[in-house]
Amino acid sequence: MNPIESLHLFQGEIALLVGAFAILFCDFFIHNKKILGWLTLGVLIGAGFLTAVPHQSYGLFFGLFQLNDFMHFFRLAALGIVAITVLLSLSYQGLEDHLGEYYSLLLFMTFGLILMAASTNLLMIFISIEFVSILSYILVGFRKKDPRSKEAALKYLLFGSVASGMMLFGMSLLFGASGSLELAAIQQRLLLPDFLPVTIVATIFFLAGVGFKVSMAPFHLWAPDVYEGAPTPITAFLTVGPKALGFAILIRVLLMAYPALGNRWSAIISILAILTMTLGNVTAIVQSNIKRLLAYSSIAQAGYILMGIAAVSKIGVSAVLVYAVAYALTNLGAFTIVVLVSNHTGSDQLDAYTGLARRNPFVAASLTIFLLSLAGIPPLAGFIGKFYVFSAAIHAGFLTLAIAAALNSAIAAYYYFRIVRVMYLVPSTETTAMPQPLPLMLALCLMLIGTILLGIIPAPFIDFVQTSLFL
Amino acid sequence: MDSHLLSLITFMPLAGALAILFVPKTSTGLIKWIATGVTLAVGLLTVRLMMLFDGAVPDFQLIEKALWIPHFNIHYLMGIDGISYPMVTLTALVSILACLASFSIKEREKEYYFLYLLLMTGMLGSFLALDLFLFYIFWEIVLVPMYFLIGIWGGARREYAAIKFFLYTLTGSLFMLLGILAVYFNATPHTLNLMELTRNTYEFGFQKVVFLAFFLGFAIKVPIWPFHTWLPDAHVEAPTPISVILAGILLKMGTYGFFRFSYPLFPEAAVWFAPALSILAVIGIVYGGFVALAQTDFKKMVAYSSVSHMGFVLLGLAAMNQDGFNGALLQMFNHGVITSALFLLVGVLYDRAHTRDMGAFGGLGAQMPLYSGLLIFFSMASLGLPGLSGFVSEFLVLLGGYQYSRLYTGLACIGILLAATYLLYMIRRVLLGPLNTQWSSLTEINTREIITLVPLLILTVAFGIYPKVILDVMAPTLSALLKVMGGAA
Repeated sequence: MNPIESLHLFQGEIALLVGAFAILFCDFFIHNKKILGWLTLGVLIGAGFLTAVPHQSYGLFFGLFQLNDFMHFFRLAALGIVAITVLLSLSYQGLEDHLGEYYSLLLFMTFGLILMAASTNLLMIFISIEFVSILSYILVGFRKKDPRSKEAALKYLLFGSVASGMMLFGMSLLFGASGSLELAAIQQRLLLPDFLPVTIVATIFFLAGVGFKVSMAPFHLWAPDVYEGAPTPITAFLTVGPKALGFAILIRVLLMAYPALGNRWSAIISILAILTMTLGNVTAIVQSNIKRLLAYSSIAQAGYILMGIAAVSKIGVSAVLVYAVAYALTNLGAFTIVVLVSNHTGSDQLDAYTGLARRNPFVAASLTIFLLSLAGIPPLAGFIGKFYVFSAAIHAGFLTLAIAAALNSAIAAYYYFRIVRVMYLVPSTETTAMPQPLPLMLALCLMLIGTILLGIIPAPFIDFVQTSLFL
Repeated sequence: MDSHLLSLITFMPLAGALAILFVPKTSTGLIKWIATGVTLAVGLLTVRLMMLFDGAVPDFQLIEKALWIPHFNIHYLMGIDGISYPMVTLTALVSILACLASFSIKEREKEYYFLYLLLMTGMLGSFLALDLFLFYIFWEIVLVPMYFLIGIWGGARREYAAIKFFLYTLTGSLFMLLGILAVYFNATPHTLNLMELTRNTYEFGFQKVVFLAFFLGFAIKVPIWPFHTWLPDAHVEAPTPISVILAGILLKMGTYGFFRFSYPLFPEAAVWFAPALSILAVIGIVYGGFVALAQTDFKKMVAYSSVSHMGFVLLGLAAMNQDGFNGALLQMFNHGVITSALFLLVGVLYDRAHTRDMGAFGGLGAQMPLYSGLLIFFSMASLGLPGLSGFVSEFLVLLGGYQYSRLYTGLACIGILLAATYLLYMIRRVLLGPLNTQWSSLTEINTREIITLVPLLILTVAFGIYPKVILDVMAPTLSALLKVMGGAA
């Protein structure tokens, strides 16, 4: 499809770009920056309305992007995740200056995430990942006066650049071997047995690059420091947004490389999945800062999602999508409460949560529900995700992987319950009432309803996921 | 109403729990009324259930079925038979009594009764669910309120006990979840419906592996030695009503799991594992007895006696004959009744004296004659005095066990001797001898406490003298189960 025709199907994305520039412009004369935040939210919702379910596959811009139900699924996910991030940012007290730039960067970010989901061309994949990464570096360092924020941004930049370099090297090998940048074309060439060694090396390099994005071990080392130092709404965003889209790319690459690599693929991913979840969970146990704790937990969660990718089956890919959404709902909900509490107490330490059940029963109960969902306790969203990835592993016959995941879930329950313990079993020291700003409560209620509904009535959602599969 | 009776029974407590959320936490009277009212309503519904349930039919009755998650062929499927029926009535009864006993809890009542009712839904659902997915959900729902109930209202080491209980059971159930998924993918067509699953036959090697996965889940709950270490902690630290629920109902969920899932789904593996099960049973009986004997803490003694008595259930299960099965299921019911009463009695004493050290008491027989009478009565029931219900079930288990293995049955008899020893030793230390003057101000057991004990007393006598009433309900289902197992052996 040529660019002019393509633009017609690209209205939502264009709206995002226009919105991003408009916000930058409005920043000059709107002094109440909250209005900018609500405008951003409006742009995101508007963009959501401008996108329609494609129902068939289109190759946009001469085939650089592919618009299909799979991409549409992640497009909606990206819009939703950024919308919640905006709600969190509206009431987050750690951000003071340059809010106009901040919100417009978030809109550019959304655009980048959608491109990630849509790219089927190596060049576009690289550019969209870089686009998202560079925006992430900036947003992480947005609290310019906070040394931890600066440190986090620099660390993220350095690690990220190395990862990008490795990924690019892998891509160049693929291009060199196949002579094409199109994933579909590469797949055909790689089927020749002579190309196997190149394919293996290239895939591993590729995996390193995307693994960095989804914080897969052993490429996860940046995550805790970055998640701790970044402004909390950005932490919330980073633990779900780039991660979900990273998995979208991983699925695309999987489908490209799998015919050539076969079971080798599953073996590599299984080992990495076990490593990721174990490292994440074991390290999370000793954390005393809730952002760090959730950071390690999000590393572990990435490990569970990898189970679905290792399984290479229709049920495995469904599992990835279901888990990613369940995880996104739950984790964003948990971070909403982190913002609430840090606004009130000025602290992200676990101690700040003592006696929360007394001070604010609703918030404490909500956080408990989110933590139970993360731990995979039914009937909540996280359990449906866990049920799905476990099914994928058992279906594929990966018994070791399944047992490792089961043991890991028990370890994870231990540290999630450390937070619950502090909230419910330790008497409160703080007595003042916690302010409950509207945007945060809105985000909290949305995520709470989502977490519970997805757990109790998952069927419509699973339907949606299965129509999104392009397998 | 009758067509959805089982759902009504299961979700009535949940509705009550949600109602409690809307009551301000200061109106504790209203909260207690709602909770008690709901437990009583569930009790009335089980009376209705008694009228509808036909004990002579071995199959599932009052089935409710609706498609829930079509992608995994998961149904909302509830039903009741001769195995779950005694458990449901036991749950309803013990829940009412424990709710009355909860009136002595004076702090954070709103949260307490909310969690209590949520727990009740989980327990009732576990006994009624016939779809493995649904069963797993109820099974897990039980854990969360239990964690809070022990962790908030428990004794000095409550936090440790609560998280230990939670992690132990969670680990076990995660392996059960893997087992459930394995069964799902091995059944044709893929399903989690128990009635359809039992029509499948599974390869022997597969049965053994999955039996073990389910075993971990159930064994930790029972608890079977060596998975029992969470039990003394949880029982001792939990507040009285929750100890009652734990001992009276929660432990039975484990052995119920064997009857309901492990045995009918994997009959060949069950036969293959029977010797191992009976060894674990005997170890549990004897070990539990000896450890109970060594306790100075009253509550801990009752807790370890549970390990011993639940061993009889397992022995009956392992025997795999009609007497063994009858005895095991009856023992589940009777132990639920008798141990609940003992925990209530421990609680009565603890509320007054604030200690459970048996060595510190003495001569209470003169001080609290009514209390002493009840304590002696339930101790006799627990040690298996003929004429009371505990005797009937343990006798049946031994009868079944004898046909299976004389050696194990002989060894299990040591447990009965031990039970007599530790219970009489307890009576001597607490009730007999000269009165310790420190306790001369202890007041007699009050009316509310007596009300919580009377129904248990009646059942203990009734099933001791005329167990046929309950055996008639259980036996048809159990003999049908035995037929399934026998066909495989």
